[in-house]
Amino acid sequence: MRFAVLVFPGTWSDWDCVHALEDLGQTAERVWHLESSLDDYDGVILPGGFSYGDHLRCGAIARFSPVMSALERFAATGKPIFGSCNGFQILCEAGLLPGVLLRNASLQFRCQPQALTVERADTGFTNACDPGQIVQLPISHGEGQYFAEQSVLDELEDADRVLFRYAGENPNGSLRDIAGIVNPMGNVLGMMPHPERASDALLGGTDGNYVWQSMIERWG
Amino acid sequence: MPSFAPPADATPAEVTEDVLAQIALSRDEYERACDMLGRAPTDVELGMIGALWSEHCGYKHSRPLFHHFPTEDERILTNLGEENAGAIDIGDGWVAVMKIESHNHPSAIEPYEGAATGVGGIVRDIFAMGAQPIALLDSLRFGPLEDRRNRRLCVGVVAGIGGYGNCLGIPTIGGELVVGESYSGNPLVNAMCLGIAPRGSLISATAGPPGTQLMIVGADTGRDGLHGATFASVELDESSAERRPAVQVGNPFLEKSLMDACVGLVREHRDWLEGLQDCGAAGITSSTVEMAERANSGIRIQTQSVPRRESGMTPYEVMLSESQERMIAAVKPDHVADVQAWFEHWDLHAEVIGEVTNDGIARVFDGEAEVAAAPVSVMTSPPAYTPRAERDSGARVRADWDPGSLADLVPSDANDVLLKLLASPNIASKRCVYRQYDHMVGTNTVVTPGSDAAVLRIRGLRQGLALCTDGPGRAVELDPYAGAARAVAEAARNVACTGARPVAVTDCLNFANPERAPIYYQLSESIRGMADACRAFGTPVVSGNASLYNESEDGPVTPTPVVGMLGIISDVTQAVRLAFRDEGDEVWLLGGGLAQDASTLGGSEFLSVLHGRSAGPVAIDLEAEAALIDVLVDAAEAGLLKSAHDCSDGGLAVALAESAIAGDVGFAVEAELAGRLDASLFGEAGARAVVSVAADLSPELRRIADARGLAATKIGVVGGDRLRIGAIDLTLSAASLVWNSALPDLLDR
Repeated sequence: MRFAVLVFPGTWSDWDCVHALEDLGQTAERVWHLESSLDDYDGVILPGGFSYGDHLRCGAIARFSPVMSALERFAATGKPIFGSCNGFQILCEAGLLPGVLLRNASLQFRCQPQALTVERADTGFTNACDPGQIVQLPISHGEGQYFAEQSVLDELEDADRVLFRYAGENPNGSLRDIAGIVNPMGNVLGMMPHPERASDALLGGTDGNYVWQSMIERWG
Repeated sequence: MPSFAPPADATPAEVTEDVLAQIALSRDEYERACDMLGRAPTDVELGMIGALWSEHCGYKHSRPLFHHFPTEDERILTNLGEENAGAIDIGDGWVAVMKIESHNHPSAIEPYEGAATGVGGIVRDIFAMGAQPIALLDSLRFGPLEDRRNRRLCVGVVAGIGGYGNCLGIPTIGGELVVGESYSGNPLVNAMCLGIAPRGSLISATAGPPGTQLMIVGADTGRDGLHGATFASVELDESSAERRPAVQVGNPFLEKSLMDACVGLVREHRDWLEGLQDCGAAGITSSTVEMAERANSGIRIQTQSVPRRESGMTPYEVMLSESQERMIAAVKPDHVADVQAWFEHWDLHAEVIGEVTNDGIARVFDGEAEVAAAPVSVMTSPPAYTPRAERDSGARVRADWDPGSLADLVPSDANDVLLKLLASPNIASKRCVYRQYDHMVGTNTVVTPGSDAAVLRIRGLRQGLALCTDGPGRAVELDPYAGAARAVAEAARNVACTGARPVAVTDCLNFANPERAPIYYQLSESIRGMADACRAFGTPVVSGNASLYNESEDGPVTPTPVVGMLGIISDVTQAVRLAFRDEGDEVWLLGGGLAQDASTLGGSEFLSVLHGRSAGPVAIDLEAEAALIDVLVDAAEAGLLKSAHDCSDGGLAVALAESAIAGDVGFAVEAELAGRLDASLFGEAGARAVVSVAADLSPELRRIADARGLAATKIGVVGGDRLRIGAIDLTLSAASLVWNSALPDLLDR
């Protein structure tokens, strides 16, 4: 597959995502936020970082970048969009996913290995997993507390759109332990954890590859 | 004496004691400046000279001692002090660049911004050389955390480091957090950064030939940080809070863009540039004047061309502002527009603010008016002082005290003592701190914080880099020579425990007022001790920083030379960690023996925690330390080591407990503990490490140790869920709980 890895001013997981995908034999190109077309790509990654320094609100300025209109069109085609960390925040700000990410309940940044429960294994992002499987993906964020109105949360649950939940201790106070959700079409995933940091055995884990491999399986 | 023409449009500054105090220039130094100029300096000149001659920029008291340091070997690519950081050849066409620097005084006044801008400053030093920063470490010292004010400083500093470093996307992979009485009110905040670059793609901080255009890029200039270099060069007192304007405010987002733009510019278009320099202490003054010094040229600066964020700024303020996130690029005249366009990509504005001249004079203009015209050579020739050195009599008495005069530990108290030590903030887990730092971004962190040293891979290379910091202040206070040598030895040992061979040092010298004989004794002896240790381990000093005048109203800080060590591990996939791994592995003590005498308790954590004393002898055996390093590296390269951890704070018992807790598996020491119980368990004899090894490979370990003439003793086995050594018999879970919860409990009060 040919992936676009979006780079906003302040993005920093771009190279990490490029390396993780290339290590799996995929093509991944960093795409500057001023681009107006994503037509040439099979998938789009919104990596972690502090786009625009998280000024105003995480993702609140990035959503106005020129590339975002192309991203909305891309989403409508059904091709996959994956946002992690700041990428998740941007997807929420852009309205491609519901809810918001608030400051961690601890009011502190958290960088640590994190256990997650895979809620569904029949999606384009999780088909390489078993349902209920526990995977280890690092987190690294100060604002990862998932929040939405009760009705929105119920809707997410009813439609089985929660793909990942924190297992064990909830690291940021997210409602219903939500770590990652998809849009109704199932082609836009946002999650706080970083699969690209668990894509190399030398760094202590390869569970992140489940996400990449699932995408390649479904859309490749 | 020569006489230099005054600037055309300014008159000599009025010089009152207040004016001199504000720039921390003594009357004698002022007279020296007048003599060198052959006239009285103008207001702007005086400010520039004051900043460049400050201890922070001019190293007046430390520079005369630097010749002690070994600074060269075949790997080292820079000369000490000539560039923003030191460069080391790490093989296969790659270079590592590193430096450590203090931000103590700003952090004392405004902990979040002080620490944050400390990180920002050291990162700019690295990318000013064209290297991509890939790791940060932070060596921190605070007063006792039971005190609310110290807690506030600690919490603020940690948040500031995270707030800035996390936003940059540079992993914070290591460092230290040490608590001691003397740091109350004067915390130490030392930040270290390491970058990498392809060999041959580094850039110098030089101004280039006459006609070169000087461009400023990054933040607009404001009044923040005025006199910051001066502020760093005086003691703190009750009026220090009024110096808050001398503390800068950081913008890590801007720094991230600036970093990406600068690193990219040097990689892709080095030929557009003559040099690159960051604006650190003393702002545009030090950056441009030092660049001119390296090029042996002069400069003209037009202050009205400097983009500002405040109106009504005087040329003096523009020249001395320490606004953060600014760089000076020396650009070939034909490429000014290219450089501007390059930075525009990141929404950064580069402006020409001056040019390089051939007359050796630093000229400053405010529009048409020339307000400074002093020779670069005068500004960069601060006086050098070698004050009287005399060992403090109190320290001598304490060092001569014999720990053997204490009654030995009662065996039934041994469990409690171990738990107390595991709960000491100097030993307890720092997880609650480092989990606030992104230590994984960049996906290169092979060994994460919590081991003896962190290990990074470099994509595409077989070898990896190990990094740590160490600064055992208590030992340095008792015996500056041996204590400072121990700082180097501990750092080298920590790096070697991962299997890396130590190769280079960067150091941060945190001392009190050197004008006093006991302090200068500490400083000069420490440098001698570090230098000898660096020589013994083959680890030249490539860069560093001196932070003097660390004193609060309560007195001087414990002398704390902090050593940042770089090691190279030949195969990064074989990096060794501190955690015990497999039941049945043998536990070996490398170096020294199980039985220790009371002298090894000198300056120990045991004496401090259990007896409230910092006293006793401090020893260093450089030959034994070097042998231990060789054995650790040889054994790791032979693939023998399942774990390795050096014996330092808390001695053998704590080292064993930490390996057990990290591995979540117990151990039993079967060997008999002879000698004094307290010293054998908790004594801090140097040159020792605890390793675990598969039983069938232990003969090979012994052979390696024998070949280096190092004692190696099988002391026990890994396994079970208890920690058993001599009179100690504890459950792993009890030890783990105490070790894990002590620091959060202290900080969450």
